[in-house]
Amino acid sequence: MNKIFEIPLYPYTHSPDQDASIPVRRKVVVIGAGPIGLGAAIDLAQQGVEVVILDDNDKVSFGSRAICFAKRPLEILDRLGCGQPMVDKGVEWDVGKVFFDNREVYSFNLQPETGHRRPAFINLQQYYFEEYLVDRVRELQAQGAPIEIRGRNKVEAIGTHDDHVTLEVETPEGAYTLEADWLIAADGANSPTRRMLGLDFVGRVFEDNFLIADVIMEANFPTERWFWFDPPFNRGQSALLHKQPDNVWRIDLQLGWDIDKEREKRPENVIPRLRDMLGDKVEFELEWVSIYTFQCRRMEKFRHGRVLFAGDAAHQVSPFGARGANSGLQDTDNLCWKLGMVMAGKAPETLLDSYDVERIHGADENIMNSTRSTDFITPKSETSRIFRDAVLDLSEQYDFARPLVNSGRLSVPCTYDGSPLNSADALDGPSRTRPGSPCPDAPLGDDFLLSRLGGRFTLLTIDADAPDSFEEDGVEVTRLALSVRDDPTLELKRRYLGDCDSAVYLIRPDQHVAARRPGFDETHFRTALRRALGKE
Amino acid sequence: MSDQLILTPNIDTPDDFYADLLAAHEGLDKAQSDALNARLVLVLANHIGDRAVLSQALRAAALKEQQS
Repeated sequence: MNKIFEIPLYPYTHSPDQDASIPVRRKVVVIGAGPIGLGAAIDLAQQGVEVVILDDNDKVSFGSRAICFAKRPLEILDRLGCGQPMVDKGVEWDVGKVFFDNREVYSFNLQPETGHRRPAFINLQQYYFEEYLVDRVRELQAQGAPIEIRGRNKVEAIGTHDDHVTLEVETPEGAYTLEADWLIAADGANSPTRRMLGLDFVGRVFEDNFLIADVIMEANFPTERWFWFDPPFNRGQSALLHKQPDNVWRIDLQLGWDIDKEREKRPENVIPRLRDMLGDKVEFELEWVSIYTFQCRRMEKFRHGRVLFAGDAAHQVSPFGARGANSGLQDTDNLCWKLGMVMAGKAPETLLDSYDVERIHGADENIMNSTRSTDFITPKSETSRIFRDAVLDLSEQYDFARPLVNSGRLSVPCTYDGSPLNSADALDGPSRTRPGSPCPDAPLGDDFLLSRLGGRFTLLTIDADAPDSFEEDGVEVTRLALSVRDDPTLELKRRYLGDCDSAVYLIRPDQHVAARRPGFDETHFRTALRRALGKE
Repeated sequence: MSDQLILTPNIDTPDDFYADLLAAHEGLDKAQSDALNARLVLVLANHIGDRAVLSQALRAAALKEQQS
């Protein structure tokens, strides 16, 4: 067993808050030290906002769990100062193969678009992901940032008020009361916070079970994603093989609905299944086995007064498409700059309602995509199965059927079309950079565009004049002046200008486009800034 | 109009189309679904019209290699 699971990463220590006769009021409390809670806390700490993370455990998550991290979350992690260790450790892959019955029907190469700092996605065990985030917390602490993780601090009760929340926290040394101006609940799909507040979580249950086995093997399988529909070793079901770092391989076997979970989890039952799949000659060792079922559902609203839900606590999807942790980080990316602005008195509290609008839009897109993948992998009627098998049969001979094969549509960030924070598009430019879009990266010589954006409002000018900065109600916008000549590959031009000769973009702290037009106009961009802060 | 059957991807947002296709069958029993599929084939065939293309489509669906 990998020892990373056993060593406390943030062991319990006594906090002076536990001795206070009057409960101490903290600025922000985050419940849950998983990828989303840690991401939120780092984002806030980088803004100088005091944040305390409470977790009922003191270790990384058990087992590899989330393993596929997409480009957008890696870009967010770059902004949070911890993208590089993830990419250094992670496994990159481009080739996927699709098998049906006993034959390979086709393979594909994702051939990711060039001119981005980060790959389309990496495979990395969740425990490494969490470990590197905790490393970043420690680094921030060493720099004096107001961030703290309290292990074995379990929240047992929550009281909500107009301007704060109260928390009853259980520790190995007894209970204490803590108050917070704001609470971020990132406590997972079974969110105790959601339950304590009596909030609903409605959606669709999928009647299926999947066995995940992470095995360690020195195998000759290439670094590719292999997906089987109805293979001989798992008849009528699906299977997935995917590589992680350290010679760990993720194997995912669909088991169907009517099974005995405890029995199927036992090594004496798991190992023969894996033998059938991998062949007799492969030596392997089981690292982690789990059986999961899943649901696609979300909360009706993610903001409940001073309590903000993020990640799986707010929305749950099927694992196909890697949309869980990936979308959760986009939640905190969206939320934390808004919360920072509201707490600093630079934006009205109603700005936080746009978190609901934008991330519910994202959650619905993710739920739709992951539901479709699930319906393809597990057809719910005889006719659905006939269509599915017809697509697979045709895909072996004809290109046209391949886009219809759906074993998971990998997570891509959503564009916040229709968001109240967007200003009307005033540039006849590329669709992918319209207001609401996440800024696509572009090369700038030895550097990349995204490393110069984010964490503040930026006025990106490309071959256009503008003041170096301007201020509106205490919020400063700084200019990033570029020219198409800064990128000889012309990706900057293709992604931001299209056929236009110049452009000015107002970019939000989360690297989404708020407004754009061909040239600078003071009134236009002041209004756009006010709108992006929820003041229009 | 080409007299050659298109066998390269030709549907915008294929996932949306596939979801619509399955939704059309939602709530139908097998016989009703078969009947819907038969009607759908006839409607699409009429839209194509070209007999040469329809012959190629029949061969393609039978998973016999296209003669080029």
